[in-house]
Amino acid sequence: MMSDVTLYELAHARTGDKGNRINISVIAFEPADYPKLVEALTEERVAAHFASRRPSAVKRYLLPKLHAMNFVMDDVLDGGVNDSLNLDMHGKSLSFHFLSMKI
Amino acid sequence: MRDTILVGCGAGFSGDRTDAALPVVKTLIRRSGPAALIFENLGERTLAQQQLSKRNNSKMGYEPLMELELRPILADCLANGITIVGNFGAANPTAAGQRILEMAQELGLPRPKVAIVSGDDLSDGHGKELIAQHLGEQFDQARFVCANAYQGAHEIAAAIAAGAQIVVTGRVSDPSLTLGPVIAHYGWSIDDWDLLAGASMAGHLLECGAQVTGGYFADPGKKNVSGMENIGFPIAEIFADGTCLISKADNSGGLVDVRTVKEQLLYEVHDPSAYITPDVVADISDAEVAELEPNVVRLSGVKGHPRTDTLKANVFFDGGWLGEGEISYAGPNARARAELALQTLKKRLGMLHGLELRCDLIGVCSVFNDDANRMLDSIAIGEPTDVRARVAAQHLELEPIEALLREVTALWTCGPAAGGGVRVNKRQRLSTTSCLLKREYLPATFEFL
Repeated sequence: MMSDVTLYELAHARTGDKGNRINISVIAFEPADYPKLVEALTEERVAAHFASRRPSAVKRYLLPKLHAMNFVMDDVLDGGVNDSLNLDMHGKSLSFHFLSMKI
Repeated sequence: MRDTILVGCGAGFSGDRTDAALPVVKTLIRRSGPAALIFENLGERTLAQQQLSKRNNSKMGYEPLMELELRPILADCLANGITIVGNFGAANPTAAGQRILEMAQELGLPRPKVAIVSGDDLSDGHGKELIAQHLGEQFDQARFVCANAYQGAHEIAAAIAAGAQIVVTGRVSDPSLTLGPVIAHYGWSIDDWDLLAGASMAGHLLECGAQVTGGYFADPGKKNVSGMENIGFPIAEIFADGTCLISKADNSGGLVDVRTVKEQLLYEVHDPSAYITPDVVADISDAEVAELEPNVVRLSGVKGHPRTDTLKANVFFDGGWLGEGEISYAGPNARARAELALQTLKKRLGMLHGLELRCDLIGVCSVFNDDANRMLDSIAIGEPTDVRARVAAQHLELEPIEALLREVTALWTCGPAAGGGVRVNKRQRLSTTSCLLKREYLPATFEFL
């Protein structure tokens, strides 16, 4: 269900990059919110949120003991750190694009 | 003496704060016992840049900040038995090691035992042949710049066991910098997978410096961190069972809690059950973090699987040139004037040089944007009063890039109205690919200088 709550209220996140692949961790502040986030942040919905970056694949991994998820996205960096024309060639700011998602 | 080893981090990338290591060293001395200090200075790009630098001058090609990093702490480390391990050797570990010997002499210190780890550089001879063979038609001889394989921790450990006080490496995997001294301390075997994995993840937490101690974590009002101007760099106390405690330099700013540790634990991880390093395949599926006291967090539950029979190598090719230019517009109708500037540049550069431009409106949509402007085109944003237009392009030849810089500069007088603050910049690009090579073809070795 869509609501007016943004992910930013409930979780924190960090991007890492390797070549043209990034991972974004999403970590619940409160363990009690974790099941709700797992339900809301499906691979399909996350791919849709990043549609303008045209990910060729989005894969989600669950880490229940850390109340965290790890999302791996392919081909969203316009070539990766050595090729990208983006100011943010690593995609480091994309974790906060993720956090702007409505859940 | 406790049966543990402390490993502190003095730098987390090439360009990190050079005054961060001294408080870490002072803390290691105060806590006493076996200790090491690591410097992680190599990104995917930095090594290739140092390879280019070495081509121009055979005495260069190591981390340019190495001297600033080592000078404040060298005497304390040598006097207190703190082993220094750094990948600041970059493309030229031997030159880096020789410079360290000179520094020690300049500082009036006894000659340290400096070990050089090699075997990572595949830019010439046998290594280059391997890369060419592996990449086949993808290998562009004319544009090949360099290739380096990620080596592991065991040669670092062997060097320390043989008496090295300072170990200088080129490309090794980041966690191996920490794992090396830990293996040397405990005498772990090559197949102690759970132990190697635990200490590797400790190294993973350390390898980006302040990223685990609150620096890259801070978000005011949401994730508050005090003392940002004086962030303490991290220290791991690693136990014989492979678990560790993460803390930071005493009397410093920053924060270590379960949130900062979780963010860094997952940083650059893909499948959490298979974090591949040259030394082990670490599995953090069941890892747990717990805050034991303020600024002390325990990591446990890391498992290990046998290492792969391949090593990853990054291969770099000359990718031509990247050029970029920016100009600001402010006040009424700023966004429309900035967009007119971008359209003008697109038409002129497309017409004259066939260049395809990436365009951003900084202050409206830039870093979330992609090369095709899909996001910029789709968002309606209130009228901004301060916008910076940016264009960027790449080309194999320099001349079209020079033309881009000239065209942005020409906006000073050719308009739109009231554009100010032109900045233009160009740099050489490196294209990269990576491959996996059988490790038996890539033996690493160490030698003393």
